[in-house]
Amino acid sequence: MTEPERRLLTPEEYRQAQDSPEFTELKRRFRRFAVPMTVAFLAWYLLFVLLSTYAVDLMNTHVFGNVNLGVLLGLGQFVTTFLITQLYVAYSAKNTDPIADEMRGRLEAHEYRAEGQQ
Amino acid sequence: MTIGNPAVNISIFGVFVLITLVITFRASRSNASAADYYAAGRNISGTQNGLAIAGDYLSAASFLGIAGAIAVYGYDGFLYSIGFLVAWLVALLLVAELLRNTARFTMADVLAFRMRQGPVRTAAALSTLAVSLFYLLAQMAGAGGLVTLLLGISGAGAQAATVVVVGALMIFYVLVGGMRGTTYVQLIKATLLIIGAFVMTIWVLGKYGFNLSSLLGGAADTAAQQATPRDVLSPMGQYGATGTSKLDFVSLGLALVLGTAGLPHVLMRFYTVPTAKDARKSVVWAIWLIGFFYLFSLVIGYGAGALVGADEILAAPGAVNSAAPLLAFELGGTVLLGIIAGVAFATILAVVAGLTITASASFAHDIYNSVIKKGTASGTQEVRVARITSCVIGAVAIGLGILALQAGLNIAFLVALAFAVAASANLPTILYTLFWKRFTTQGALWSIYGGLISCLVLILFSPVVSGAPVNPLTGKSTSLIQDVDFSWFPLNNPGLVSIPLAFFLGWLGTMLSKEKPDVDKYAELEVRSLTGIGAEKATPH
Repeated sequence: MTEPERRLLTPEEYRQAQDSPEFTELKRRFRRFAVPMTVAFLAWYLLFVLLSTYAVDLMNTHVFGNVNLGVLLGLGQFVTTFLITQLYVAYSAKNTDPIADEMRGRLEAHEYRAEGQQ
Repeated sequence: MTIGNPAVNISIFGVFVLITLVITFRASRSNASAADYYAAGRNISGTQNGLAIAGDYLSAASFLGIAGAIAVYGYDGFLYSIGFLVAWLVALLLVAELLRNTARFTMADVLAFRMRQGPVRTAAALSTLAVSLFYLLAQMAGAGGLVTLLLGISGAGAQAATVVVVGALMIFYVLVGGMRGTTYVQLIKATLLIIGAFVMTIWVLGKYGFNLSSLLGGAADTAAQQATPRDVLSPMGQYGATGTSKLDFVSLGLALVLGTAGLPHVLMRFYTVPTAKDARKSVVWAIWLIGFFYLFSLVIGYGAGALVGADEILAAPGAVNSAAPLLAFELGGTVLLGIIAGVAFATILAVVAGLTITASASFAHDIYNSVIKKGTASGTQEVRVARITSCVIGAVAIGLGILALQAGLNIAFLVALAFAVAASANLPTILYTLFWKRFTTQGALWSIYGGLISCLVLILFSPVVSGAPVNPLTGKSTSLIQDVDFSWFPLNNPGLVSIPLAFFLGWLGTMLSKEKPDVDKYAELEVRSLTGIGAEKATPH
């Protein structure tokens, strides 16, 4: 079950790949999206939970008909979740997938083997 | 009390069981290797897997528990669906793809990747078992309550018998079908569940002229006339009583949003697809399906609150969990009730099978093969151990399920406890392992055991287990154990304490450990996780 090329990659190759400028760029692009976005959606979610708990009167503000601010913000959580999902798909297809695919090809061809190695 | 026609209910459920059994048998023909048994040969497509994840995730808690919580308490029940959904972003952005690229079968594969194998694998396997058991307990309790309501059987003995039957069926699915069989069952079940919820949603909205405001108004009017009048549109209808109960709400919210990405049975689903891109695709599908389902459950919940009413729901045998079936009966009579109940039952069966396979795979792969046999066991031996473990887990779940059923706990609430354990014991270590270079074995062990033990201890001494006030309607306390009170921890959900504690212990254990992190292994993990090199491939057929 273990694929042969997995055994063939040496620790040196992984270190070389990790130190390469393209990997640094891949990591930077991945984190540039994932980290701030995670902070943002968690903050927005916790804000919703805390407002529901400690700002009941505010959340009971009528917006239209029987729909109050709380229900509206709750539905807003759905909207932002769907939105962030699609943003991530678009972002990774454009910014991280091309580097990852290229590096994977080069790793499989052992192009990260250091000088003097077999 | 019985509603509907037990014969119709049994027939519809019987048809589902029959169809899935045939499919499971067919799937079992290709269960040769461990990769087949645990990960369906890694050739489930991203779309199929998305549906199967939705199937795994939309458990009885999502369908019966959330609808019931919204029907009875209104707004506060809504938090479950929001937390359960937003949580998927953690899985999508930080966990799913990286995990697919680095691990083989279980959560422990990635947690132990750059650590000392034995101790970390054992810890991860134990927390997998703990999370799975809590989750199983909730499903079993849901099954018992549902069947009592539907088949017109009552009494503790009959309820216990139901739980035994569900347990036996689930063990059968897992033994015969493995991950592939279980996946197919999830696909069918998820499709039926989403369609069923959609039909009920349209039906309810139709009664209110497709106007959300009128539906909310209807729910508020009915709720105002109940024995305990509630403002179901306002937050804090359930949790607003005291400062402690408010904190409990925040604690629940935290556990929900951080639990998903630490649920072993969800993580294991990422291994059934061929590549990381398929893992991403499956999470995207899952988010859309789950999101829409939760929007449906909002309508179903308020619909049940408006058309059935909290008093009738709480008086029914499944108590708060019976809101959705009662609404189905109110809307479409015996036939719709039979269908919805069949779907709900199928839901429970499928989720239970998914949980069992995860827990048994973790025991066989992480404890039996990696720790006891030091990696020398053959795939066949490992699968045999996994099968035996399934039977044991099934038996334990049956026993605990009977207990939980008799306490009449909301199953969404029970599942939230499983989320708290997952968020405390698993998530910190997963994130540290993937993103923190310095993280060490000691940090991992402190975090896993610290999170797991603090969570379990706090639950044990919370009102969930003992000391909750007696409900005047039923004359029983909502605690698992009646008539004693050894509780000292005031919150029902321990997440607020145990999750930060586990993150802190992971950091502290790392800072205090003398061992140097394995830089070669970290290089391998980082390169593999982001590029997908060396990831496990699909097995050819």
